[in-house]
Amino acid sequence: MRILQIQKTDWSAGLEKSRQDYRLIGPVKEGNNVSKFRELAAGEEPDFSISTTTMSPKSVVFPQSEVMFTFTTDSASPDCNIMKVPESSYSPRAIIGIRPFDAAAMNIVKMNFDTPDYRDPYWCDAYEACTFIGLAVTDPESCDFSTSTGTGPFDISGLDVLLIDAGEYFLVEVVTEKGSTWVRSAGFNKEADAESIEVLHSMRKEAKKKIVSTVAFENINKKETLDLYNESYWDSISFPCLNCGTCTYVCPTCWCFDIQDESDRKKGRRMKNWDSCMFPNFTIHTTGHNPRNTKLMRVRQRFMHKLKYHQSKYDKGILCVGCGRCVTSCPVNIDIREVCKQMNNS
Amino acid sequence: MQTCINKIREIAARLVKDETIEMVIGFQEGTIPMISPPISVRTADDVEKLTWSSHCCINLANYLTDVKGKVAVFAKGCDSRSIVNHIAEGKVKREDVVIIGVPCNGMMERHTISNLFGDEIEEVVEEDGGTVIVRGKGREEKYRKSDLLRQNCRVCVHKNPVLYDELVADPVDVPEDIKRYEEVEKIEALAINDRWNFFADLISTCIRCYACRDACPTCYCPTCFVDETQPQWVGKGDEEPDVMTFHILRAFHTAGRCTDCGACVSSCPMTINMRAFTKKLEKDCLDLWDWEAGLTPDMRPALETYTPNDPEDNFK
Repeated sequence: MRILQIQKTDWSAGLEKSRQDYRLIGPVKEGNNVSKFRELAAGEEPDFSISTTTMSPKSVVFPQSEVMFTFTTDSASPDCNIMKVPESSYSPRAIIGIRPFDAAAMNIVKMNFDTPDYRDPYWCDAYEACTFIGLAVTDPESCDFSTSTGTGPFDISGLDVLLIDAGEYFLVEVVTEKGSTWVRSAGFNKEADAESIEVLHSMRKEAKKKIVSTVAFENINKKETLDLYNESYWDSISFPCLNCGTCTYVCPTCWCFDIQDESDRKKGRRMKNWDSCMFPNFTIHTTGHNPRNTKLMRVRQRFMHKLKYHQSKYDKGILCVGCGRCVTSCPVNIDIREVCKQMNNS
Repeated sequence: MQTCINKIREIAARLVKDETIEMVIGFQEGTIPMISPPISVRTADDVEKLTWSSHCCINLANYLTDVKGKVAVFAKGCDSRSIVNHIAEGKVKREDVVIIGVPCNGMMERHTISNLFGDEIEEVVEEDGGTVIVRGKGREEKYRKSDLLRQNCRVCVHKNPVLYDELVADPVDVPEDIKRYEEVEKIEALAINDRWNFFADLISTCIRCYACRDACPTCYCPTCFVDETQPQWVGKGDEEPDVMTFHILRAFHTAGRCTDCGACVSSCPMTINMRAFTKKLEKDCLDLWDWEAGLTPDMRPALETYTPNDPEDNFK
């Protein structure tokens, strides 16, 4: 793998240069000290001081609300009864400063949106337009348990490029051909010397060591689904839950959405909006019957999906990358690490 | 604080033995700093899990809605007012709830503490005498608790429970010079366009997770208007008209019923101060009808009733 070195004094110029070929998207602070990923305005730089953004970067390829198509039933219109996909730009965009666990989450979400049977064109087109320029986690937060979920602070599995902040300079692992193209576009070409590569190895080791929060889920995979389903602990786990959508909305691996038609007289549009298994509306039938009509059922569903069903279906670990967002954002501190422990050990 | 915790456990230990009581609802230690989540205690073994801190921001009246049987609940001033509201509105019967009042000197805002401290926080220790020690990333800072309080707690005039079966501690003093509506007056003073922009800016980061609604004891509609599908009143997307409709209508729905407990703000993952909507309505209810929510179970909330003394001409 090619490893480059970028002096921090050269960073802004290179980033700016790459704008000729890419739209830039990165982490920014907004509102009352919350943060998210969005397109960076001209001259605006990604804020690398943010460790874990409040909102995950999943919105880059899976916006909270997206127009799928518009329609009109107005016979006077040439577009009458035609479903028109809005003109979206899928020009190349570089996601600067995505954390390795968030990029790994993209690979998990891809399993849902890009299957042999079905390809979600909105998600896939956006995803394919992305070049993921990751930023290694050198100072992990205490709720980061990414090393136990198969990713980690320097994981390159979802990335095209990995940047490592080494103080005066960035070390740059060029992971894929896509990454190589971005690096060329930005004009970064100084190869790292042997000494810097040594620094990279020791920083990687150091960062992994700093992550002390862990989960274990092997036993969950072995247990019978119904045994887990019928456990008595769901009562106490779900008691404090407000059934808000916070955990699912901040989660980089939650992919559920709702289809809504919004119409005004003869015109309308079909929307794809985030949805949450925490909401009663998520499962209600047109008859009014709701198969998941209690809080306990909904809470159980979320954890069973993340920690059991996903393992059973794919045998590729859990539907979680250990970013810790749901742990820190949950208004009532329902901690997936504790739930996982109960499911694994009881 | 420890005296208070001991007393809470002592009372809970007595109540769990009472077979007529289904559960005791209180707060427990969180798995991360600055949060004390609700817990229901049903056995003597679990009593030790109960705690109290300045992070008990959730309003426990929220857990009484539609609960079957008799329950005991620890209640701060605001929680007790929300319970009164529940009784007045027929959501819970007085005889079905044992209220253990906890006089309260205010809860702290975790976002405020995080902003002030800067780095990730590992530990927050409250000392006697109103100081708070915050530790993280190898350093330590000392703050005055009064600087870390939630905004609603700073302007609270009902620190002591208004309805209770027993009290955990002696009532606390309520200062007489509290300026309750300074934040509202600032918004009232804005030009109409600026006022709209203020609110649009306020909700611009809203993700419609509905944590504010779901943490609110007053928001107990079986189906919230935003969840109605036949007809559907409001769009589900993230565009401003739909998001604003949710916040404005929710606020109006709580008019004369909101006790300014601040659970909405404390629950918001995006740290939105949606009290800016509800506090104005609280002020209006006080100005127009001398009404404060949750002080007496014998009267219906202001907007549900009228009297010959109401100031509006159309009622005379």
